[in-house]
Amino acid sequence: MDFFKRLLFLPEQASTFASKVDELHVFVLVATILASIGVGVTALYFFFRFRRRERHQTTEYIVPTVMTEFLFVSVPFVLFLLWFALGFRDYTWVQTPPRDAMDVYVLGKQWMWKFSYPEGPNGVNVLHVPANRPVRLLMTSRDVIHSFFIPAFRIKRDVIPGRYTDTWFEATKPGTYDIYCTEYCGLSHSKMLAKVVVLKAEEYENWVKEQRMGDKQNRQDALADTTLVSPRANLAQQGQRLVGEAGCLKCHTVDGEQHIGPTFVGLYGREERLEGGETITVDEGYITQSMMVPGEHIVSGFPNVMPTYQGKLHSMETAAIVEYIKSLRTRDVVNTASKGPVYEPVRIQ
Amino acid sequence: MQSETAAHPPSRLAGHFASLPVQDNAARLGMWLFLSTEVLLFAGLFVCYASYRFLYPETWAAGSRLLSLPLGTINTVVLIGSSFTVALAVDFAKQGKNRLVFFMLLLTLAAAATFLVIKGFEYSHKFHAGELPGVHFHMKETEGLLPGMPLFFSVYFAATGLHALHVIIGAGVLTWMALKAWRNHFSVGNYVAMENAGLYWHLVDLVWIFLYPLLYLI
Amino acid sequence: MSQSASSNPAAAPAEGHAPHKSYLTDGTTVRSWLLSVDHKRIAIMYLVLILLAFLVGGIFALLVRIEHLSPGPTIMDAMTYNRVFTLHGVVMVFLFLVPAVPSIFGNFLLPIMVGAKDVAFPRLNLLSLYLWIFGAGLALWGMINGGADTGWTFYTPYSTTTTTTVAPILVGVFILGMGGILTGLNFIVTVHTMRAPGITWFKLPLFVWASYGTAVVQVLATPVIGLVVLLTAADNTFHIGLFDPARGGDPVLFQHLFWFYSHPAVYIMVLPAFGIISEVVSAFSRKNIFGYRMIAYSTLGIAFVGFFVWGHHMFVSGESTLDAGIFSVITMLVGVFTAIKVFNWVGTVYGGAVDFKTPFAYFCGFLFFVVFGGMTGTALGVVSLDVHWHDTYFVVAHFHFIMVGAAMMAFLAGLHYWFPKMFGRMYHEGWGLTGATLITLGFIVTFVPQFLAGNYGMPRRYYEYPEQYQALNVISTLGALMLFTGFFTILCYLIYALRHGKLATSNPWDSHGYEWRTASPPTTHNFDGPQPFFPEEPHLYTTKPAPEAQHAV
Repeated sequence: MDFFKRLLFLPEQASTFASKVDELHVFVLVATILASIGVGVTALYFFFRFRRRERHQTTEYIVPTVMTEFLFVSVPFVLFLLWFALGFRDYTWVQTPPRDAMDVYVLGKQWMWKFSYPEGPNGVNVLHVPANRPVRLLMTSRDVIHSFFIPAFRIKRDVIPGRYTDTWFEATKPGTYDIYCTEYCGLSHSKMLAKVVVLKAEEYENWVKEQRMGDKQNRQDALADTTLVSPRANLAQQGQRLVGEAGCLKCHTVDGEQHIGPTFVGLYGREERLEGGETITVDEGYITQSMMVPGEHIVSGFPNVMPTYQGKLHSMETAAIVEYIKSLRTRDVVNTASKGPVYEPVRIQ
Repeated sequence: MQSETAAHPPSRLAGHFASLPVQDNAARLGMWLFLSTEVLLFAGLFVCYASYRFLYPETWAAGSRLLSLPLGTINTVVLIGSSFTVALAVDFAKQGKNRLVFFMLLLTLAAAATFLVIKGFEYSHKFHAGELPGVHFHMKETEGLLPGMPLFFSVYFAATGLHALHVIIGAGVLTWMALKAWRNHFSVGNYVAMENAGLYWHLVDLVWIFLYPLLYLI
Repeated sequence: MSQSASSNPAAAPAEGHAPHKSYLTDGTTVRSWLLSVDHKRIAIMYLVLILLAFLVGGIFALLVRIEHLSPGPTIMDAMTYNRVFTLHGVVMVFLFLVPAVPSIFGNFLLPIMVGAKDVAFPRLNLLSLYLWIFGAGLALWGMINGGADTGWTFYTPYSTTTTTTVAPILVGVFILGMGGILTGLNFIVTVHTMRAPGITWFKLPLFVWASYGTAVVQVLATPVIGLVVLLTAADNTFHIGLFDPARGGDPVLFQHLFWFYSHPAVYIMVLPAFGIISEVVSAFSRKNIFGYRMIAYSTLGIAFVGFFVWGHHMFVSGESTLDAGIFSVITMLVGVFTAIKVFNWVGTVYGGAVDFKTPFAYFCGFLFFVVFGGMTGTALGVVSLDVHWHDTYFVVAHFHFIMVGAAMMAFLAGLHYWFPKMFGRMYHEGWGLTGATLITLGFIVTFVPQFLAGNYGMPRRYYEYPEQYQALNVISTLGALMLFTGFFTILCYLIYALRHGKLATSNPWDSHGYEWRTASPPTTHNFDGPQPFFPEEPHLYTTKPAPEAQHAV
């Protein structure tokens, strides 16, 4: 078995699915090699044995018997059906994640992978998982179709914008393995690589704890990681998604720091000093107006650079963003974010 | 082969066919095969329609309310009527009555023009109302604006646009046939061209008979 | 090629048995070629144009291979690479593989094989040639002015949002499709209505059966890709968003519609190739086809089943488990039908009198490649394994085994087998065998390492790749250079043979195929006098003996 695996260049075997599927893998390929060599050698023998010996040689009249015809059909049929049956058995197994699987959210975008865990931490291009524990990946894409592939685990699933796909694995060996994007996604498709780090159970727990104490940047990432929210989530959560999509976060932060525009944290209800010297209370009306006619009332100290969102956001979206900003009234927003996104098996919405 | 046909101007039998019936059969079979490709072309659109209707059932129901039912219905009647006149034209061609063929084709062309003009009105209304596909969608009334509405209009414009293109092509073919009739081309044994043109027009009609209920009624 | 043949009257055989002029010399002006409705002249024009397209696609292929000599950037940047592999795919699939055998050999031989003087609609035939030229021109224009970087599969939403020039190429594909539909339609009508007296359905040469099956697939599948490419072009240009999830569209629907054509398209490419092989095996073994009906039925079987397996391209794209199972089990049937053909070809050789000439040498390679390529295809249909293989070099290697190993080898077999038929001259046999050897070996060296790289996990369409794959890639590139040498050799000796080759007799292989009963090259109307009568079966080398002496296997 090991000899064949080396012969066929099979990558390292590091998941339960890999050990399940590799035997079939070797069986199918060896059967293919043997069959083609068998047919080839038989044909070569015939070419030699029945070579033309004289210029006007005649040949016998030979027709297949019913038995031959039956064999011609049934032998490949039985072999291929066997392949199918074995393959489909394993496929249904890998299509049904165990109930106790741990969830990791995967976001593909040009050209990186983001991983978020319900417990809080998240990472870019490095996925940490515990060994010997089923992990379910809930995946979606922000732009075009990607495909998530770990050769050592023998799993692959397309990552499609606008919907969730899932796959799962149970890593068996601690170590670091490659993750590739296998659906062509543009310029740096071949650089959309990531690593999966399989840790022993206790090491993984330590890693999670470390991450929870992680720096502000991590939390900012988690907050900005907006596409992971289900579209059916409540208004504030929709708003959280929208501020990412509409590009608000390019200028406004959600961690309290001032950037090109005022931070969203604690914005609602605040008294703001305007350019002209007057003050205004930030309420629903002011936030909406700022989105639609940004130049009308500029908070002093900030440049008048915001584009209008008139016609780009419809009323429900505007409301959702207002709701989201309202939900950021205090700094304890970090806690709400660490709950992780709500997953529902949605179709396109 | 050209030289051969030129040598026997009275016969319309091309040099490579065994006999006239064979040649006519070949023409008919060719036309039916061509129609099958047309059916499959529209089948792709119907698949798009069906899967998006399945994804956005309310939007699709609401979308069909935004289309003008009276105009759609008038167009349906016009098109079915034109199918009738084409069928008559084919029948007259079989009897060699070229004058009547010409007259019937003229009626059909008038119907085709009416259809296109009405379609034009519908389109211009949609343009004004901003009920357009994809990015161009900017409906003024936000009442009843459901997710996927731009998609409904993508399907609407793709389907009716492709159909309108076929109406124009069909009208071109019928004009050609009308010219043939004007020149007394058709006779008892020589009408397969008219028959094939008629088949094409019936297909155009048939596609609309599917589009009308799918887009306007349900 | 047509240039040298047409401008050189000596290209026609100066034999006494052709009272009429051969089609090559019947009119020598450029106009008499460009406006010819003779199916044979159209075929020759296709031959020249399609070989030019093959040259373009081949150069792109070579560039891709050279780029992969090192894991990092080698000779081009990522954007160029992405365009080059896309254009390689587009040119090879739409300009070369799909039209090659039907438009060249089908056009040339199908009417002769059914004993007709031309295809049913000669002017339509000429129109499809010009549609090909127009479509190819538009696609090439798009390639020069920007060039798509989407892969030949044009997956949305990438293809609708990329900044490269996708729309003209898509419209070009649409026009090429129209040309293909007209060719297919012509063949179906020709086979149905124009068979000479005596040729019943089961006396049709197997190449005609194969072309007929192909034509059916072409007529029924091409309209769907026509619609899809139009909608995608509209999406790319006007952003109607039909397949763009950002506007509510469903990219997976695009994939369904795309593969509904593009899987049957695989059979558009290989079925006529199978037909060529059936002819070649029978002629060079000088033996009746073993299991004629089984081969004919399996052709129809593949054509039919081919419409219901498109989902096996989408096992990991979010298809339901049940769908995957259904598509998987139907895929197995394609393997069974192909296996039937393979067994019958080997059976034909059994008890034959094999003359190992160049066309047969290609059959020899073909046989091995079609078994290996076919079975790896069936293996890819095994769902659990496809999860690992999908979109890796394993898939790339598999379909190159079918496209190059089977379709291209059969194309070359046919080109050599029918070369005297088409041009009335013989090529040098020694060079022919050398070319076949180079191609076969080069092919093995190119694509076997790609299977291994795929198994090892190397994804396709990668500009740069991790270092562990380098050795395999370097070997593959060396093989590609060998393949290139082989093609160059063939081109040289064939062009040489056009002018200086030995004059061929009208039936240099002593073949009993229907097409060899006319002069080589044939006269303009294929047959002198009225339609000929064919009392015997095709591929008849030995008549059926008395029942008790019959040798059955």
